[in-house]
Amino acid sequence: MESIDVLMLCPMISYLEQELDRRFNVLKLWTAPEKSQFIKDHSATIRAIAGDGGHGADAEMIEALPRLEIVSSFSVGVDKIDLEKCREKGIRVTYTPDVLTDEVADLAIGLIMAVLRRLCESDRYVRSGKWKKGDFKLTTKFTGKTVGIIGLGRIGMAIAKRAEAFNCPICYYSRTEKPDTKYKYYPSVLELASNCEILVVACSLTAETRHIVNREVMNALGPKGVLINIGRGPHIDEPELVSALVEGRLGGAGLDVYEHEPEVPEELFGLENVVLLPHVGTATVETRKAMADLVVGNLEAHFSNKPLLTPLV
Amino acid sequence: MATEDNEVEDHRPLVLIHHLPSFKLPLQDRLITHFRLFDSLASPDASSVRALICVGTTPVTADTLDHLPSLRLVVGSSAGLDHVDLAECRRRGIAVTNTGDANSENVADYAVALLLDVLRRVSAADRFVRSGLWPQMGEYPLGCKIGGKRIGIVGLGSIGSEVAKRLVAFGCTVAYNSRNKKPSVLYPYYANVHDLAVNSDVLIVCCALTNETHHIINKDVLTALGREGFIINVGRGALVDEKELVQFLVQGEIGGAGLDVFENEPNVPKELFALDNVVLSPHLAISTPESFEALNEVIIANLKAFFSSKPLLSPFQQE
Repeated sequence: MESIDVLMLCPMISYLEQELDRRFNVLKLWTAPEKSQFIKDHSATIRAIAGDGGHGADAEMIEALPRLEIVSSFSVGVDKIDLEKCREKGIRVTYTPDVLTDEVADLAIGLIMAVLRRLCESDRYVRSGKWKKGDFKLTTKFTGKTVGIIGLGRIGMAIAKRAEAFNCPICYYSRTEKPDTKYKYYPSVLELASNCEILVVACSLTAETRHIVNREVMNALGPKGVLINIGRGPHIDEPELVSALVEGRLGGAGLDVYEHEPEVPEELFGLENVVLLPHVGTATVETRKAMADLVVGNLEAHFSNKPLLTPLV
Repeated sequence: MATEDNEVEDHRPLVLIHHLPSFKLPLQDRLITHFRLFDSLASPDASSVRALICVGTTPVTADTLDHLPSLRLVVGSSAGLDHVDLAECRRRGIAVTNTGDANSENVADYAVALLLDVLRRVSAADRFVRSGLWPQMGEYPLGCKIGGKRIGIVGLGSIGSEVAKRLVAFGCTVAYNSRNKKPSVLYPYYANVHDLAVNSDVLIVCCALTNETHHIINKDVLTALGREGFIINVGRGALVDEKELVQFLVQGEIGGAGLDVFENEPNVPKELFALDNVVLSPHLAISTPESFEALNEVIIANLKAFFSSKPLLSPFQQE
């Protein structure tokens, strides 16, 4: 298989790069001085793409690669891949579901707790050397708070299961109501936001869910409400989020994703009711390795004419 | 509140608020509807007062008790009572109450919060983003998976049980050490903390501070916990040999720590300030309005029971 050209769109963990290098001829797009020229130069031989959550294959790239057979993404989010185009052209698409579900759900709870209990701010306070005996700051209890989840897929369900261990009532919004769950369903995000204290974005990013959390929703969540985003930055209208937080119309936010990563609105840096993470939802050694194994495994399976491990298209 | 009206007698019982100068008792206005309060041992009321509320970890010593010859009840405002000379109270026939289960959920929440923060580097990554380093430096170092971790709970009381219940939902397994094995509990029991540490990835310290548990987490236990091990302390600072812990952390001989309590609060060893695998908190596990409401209810309930000669709600009991 060493002769098969795989276009790698961006640097990824070295374990993945090594494993791909061992099996395929990897063409590293980010090393090219002129990306579109690079693609043109290799368009006759590229048969596969390896991308990630932030780098996928859009219509233009797909059209430029007539021999493309498969796109293997190092992510569960595939909003950067033109799935319709792939379907149209019979190009397979694989992703990395399940292996990262727990990790992302763990981080969602970690964000909730860090915001409610002001962990980051307290840690800063202690490190400043300014702690005086008797000083205390009121924070907010998590146990028993109502948690609203946008998107009750694998990750949403895993978040619900964890929140339940804290006796939190769970409610959700989904495109359609899920018959098998006991959680309360709301037919709109606005109603969900009006009826919960902590709102978690856990759905996939599509044209319909872009800015699903807008000014109205944030106002409904309110000055005591907390918004958590472990989905994609564009799920939330970011400028509206900043003004809601700065003006106190929204109680707090825990963010792992942003509209233009790695740019984070600087107005947020001074707020103590906000926790800002650099897209680390899947960032553990174990999970990244499991994701990498799926990327490689799917490509290997495809080129050996075996069933794909985790196909989406 | 009826002191100006000569026709109405003040039937409110007298209670001393015993507090260090910098300590305040939250929601004190609730108390004055039921009790007449004063807060100085030098007051003439000291000789007749029968009950005191101990604010936070204000010490109650033999010397304190010497000023209060009529005292029959010490009402603690925390679950821990290591700042009260319990032997001396017993000797003088003074009953002591703590806050029972009132704050267990809050403390358990906090222990889990610290664990998530340390393992997934939440506070450290937040610092990274706020310093503007993300665009320059790209990826932040990876954290540790939580699912599958073996949690060792030191002290499976009310708080420890709530911690266990929460972490099981994250896919962790739980084992514990306590003074005695608990027959109704299904988690594996280890008779000493060293053995628990050998078989754990994370130790969570939730037990009471007594003479026996002082420095229960010592060099031997930290060595057994190992380079990949983590420790979370929401009990009392003196449960951990702090000097040893700092050495282990600075030299990378332990994976990391989440600490809400320290041996000599508010002093925190400065060597910890430079470490990213440590989360430091200024003793805030119960600092929520919900906690203070719960505290007040327990305090008022115990006092009311005492003054009407009924059984106390949460008398301190050695397990």
